[in-house]
Amino acid sequence: MSEPLLAVTDLRKSFGALAVTDGVSFDVHGNELHAIIGPNGAGKTTLIHQLSGNLASDSGTVRFAGEDITKHSMVDRVRRGLARSFQITSILDGFTVLENAAMAVQARSGSSFRFLRPASKESPLNDEARAALARVKLDDRAHRRAGSLSHGEKRQLEIAIALATGAKLLLLDEPLAGTGHEESAVLVALMQELKLTHTIVLIEHDMDAVFALADRVSVLVYGRLIATGTPEEVRAHPEVRAAYLGEEEAA
Amino acid sequence: MSAGTSNVAVPGAVPDVAPRRGGMLAGRGSALAAALIFAALAVLPPIALAIGDPFLVVTATRILVFAIAALSLDLVLGYGAMVSFGHAAFVGLGAYAVAILASHGIDDILVQALAAIGVSALFALVTGAISLRTKGVYFIMITLAFGQMAYFFMVSLSAYGGDDGLTLSARSTLFGLPVLSSDVSLFYVSLAVLASAFLGLRALTLSRFGRVLRGTRENPIRMQAIGFQPFAFQLTAYVIAGALAGLAGVLLANQAEFVSPAYMSWQRSGELIVMVVLGGMGTLVGPIGGAIAFLLLEDWLAHFSEHWKLGLGVLLVLLVLFTRGGIAGGVERLFGRARP
Repeated sequence: MSEPLLAVTDLRKSFGALAVTDGVSFDVHGNELHAIIGPNGAGKTTLIHQLSGNLASDSGTVRFAGEDITKHSMVDRVRRGLARSFQITSILDGFTVLENAAMAVQARSGSSFRFLRPASKESPLNDEARAALARVKLDDRAHRRAGSLSHGEKRQLEIAIALATGAKLLLLDEPLAGTGHEESAVLVALMQELKLTHTIVLIEHDMDAVFALADRVSVLVYGRLIATGTPEEVRAHPEVRAAYLGEEEAA
Repeated sequence: MSAGTSNVAVPGAVPDVAPRRGGMLAGRGSALAAALIFAALAVLPPIALAIGDPFLVVTATRILVFAIAALSLDLVLGYGAMVSFGHAAFVGLGAYAVAILASHGIDDILVQALAAIGVSALFALVTGAISLRTKGVYFIMITLAFGQMAYFFMVSLSAYGGDDGLTLSARSTLFGLPVLSSDVSLFYVSLAVLASAFLGLRALTLSRFGRVLRGTRENPIRMQAIGFQPFAFQLTAYVIAGALAGLAGVLLANQAEFVSPAYMSWQRSGELIVMVVLGGMGTLVGPIGGAIAFLLLEDWLAHFSEHWKLGLGVLLVLLVLFTRGGIAGGVERLFGRARP
């Protein structure tokens, strides 16, 4: 079998005596959608911070596309094709929707130490940005101020920005957080399409969405992965049912 | 921070096309306001002569010089979100470059200006690289500390006047010609520098570089997540601003025909911050208006009482309370579109 796109081995992170990531290992293969689920406080967000380079790991390794990126900064990881979205929407409210995406294109399109020409008029940047917006169905909002979008649209823009970085692998941190029923249906349909072109690590609370989208699911409880497998395997796993799904049996 | 953030949308509602951050005065309105200010200034010398008050030109030149310094601080403070409390040091270094070179017989303005820009850019590069390792109130403190270091260095430099400062025997020359000897020519040179600096910084803030700087102001983590390292951009902005402030110092030395460490004191740095905030951060035209308003108020209030700063304080409090976004914000609210 070919080398996985993302290989995480024995990753650890402690805050004082509290082991928040406690020996996590998993692989993500190309064009796979790998979901990571877990109850509140399981350490999902810490893990994604470690994967994206926002937070340094205490030990363990993260390999991406055959390269050890454990010590790489967030900026270096993005440049290699590992982009993340944020659980708490962190788009640039004061810029237009198009500029939010165009800025991500700009980051990988030549030097940004250019001082005279207006950036918002650079067609190559805007064209690629529009393509990313089209993939999340936001192209008709291109010239709106990002801060004026609805919550669901902001979540779509989060994904468009990650796409616009030219990423191979998207780390999506609870893309459905705070969305209503209709909004989340739009986002799930969107991720179905993204699956065809991108490898995705999806951290998500919404079990319906996870079981509908994921090729494989890993379950994180108190910083440890207690199970990894297909949605059916994970659903049937006794430890998972005890630790986690029990509380959401209604789902 | 500045105006233009009040446009909070009701989910589902569809407001008009996005106004640019900073609203009207960051767009075409800013260019119009600046053009009006520059035009009014350009006709000032003949009017001053006509009404028999040539000293007005001297006062106006001083205002222009501080407007350039405030404009440069706006790049750091308003666009870079770096609260630098040592900006007067760059002005002082520029002024000393003129005085020290002149005391060694080097009068040419081009040589002096190059030296001033070089020295203040280098000082900005070194102190900025260290200061930018810190954030928030520590950044304020460390820039203040570097400013004070420059101040005390000049105080202790007795060969060049120390605490008493240094008087210039004459203004700078250009290829041996005394082109700046008249107050009116110095005024127009200063106005030209101000207008060029405004146009240059305006282009810069809209460029790729400026867009990264504005994005970093809003959300540095987001900028890193798409692949930008904010440090290099912030440091570059700091150096550009330092160099421009140094150029303001060259004009200040010529205007006063005197330099002293007082130019670099932390009170001066504070006044520059007041000019930027008073005028409206992150608007470029605002700080020019802020410098004009501050220095005119200083002049005017000083007629009434030696405690004029008390009156200035009251005015500042009122401005901050009632015109979010300073003078530029107030003008925008008067003439700008009604917000939903």
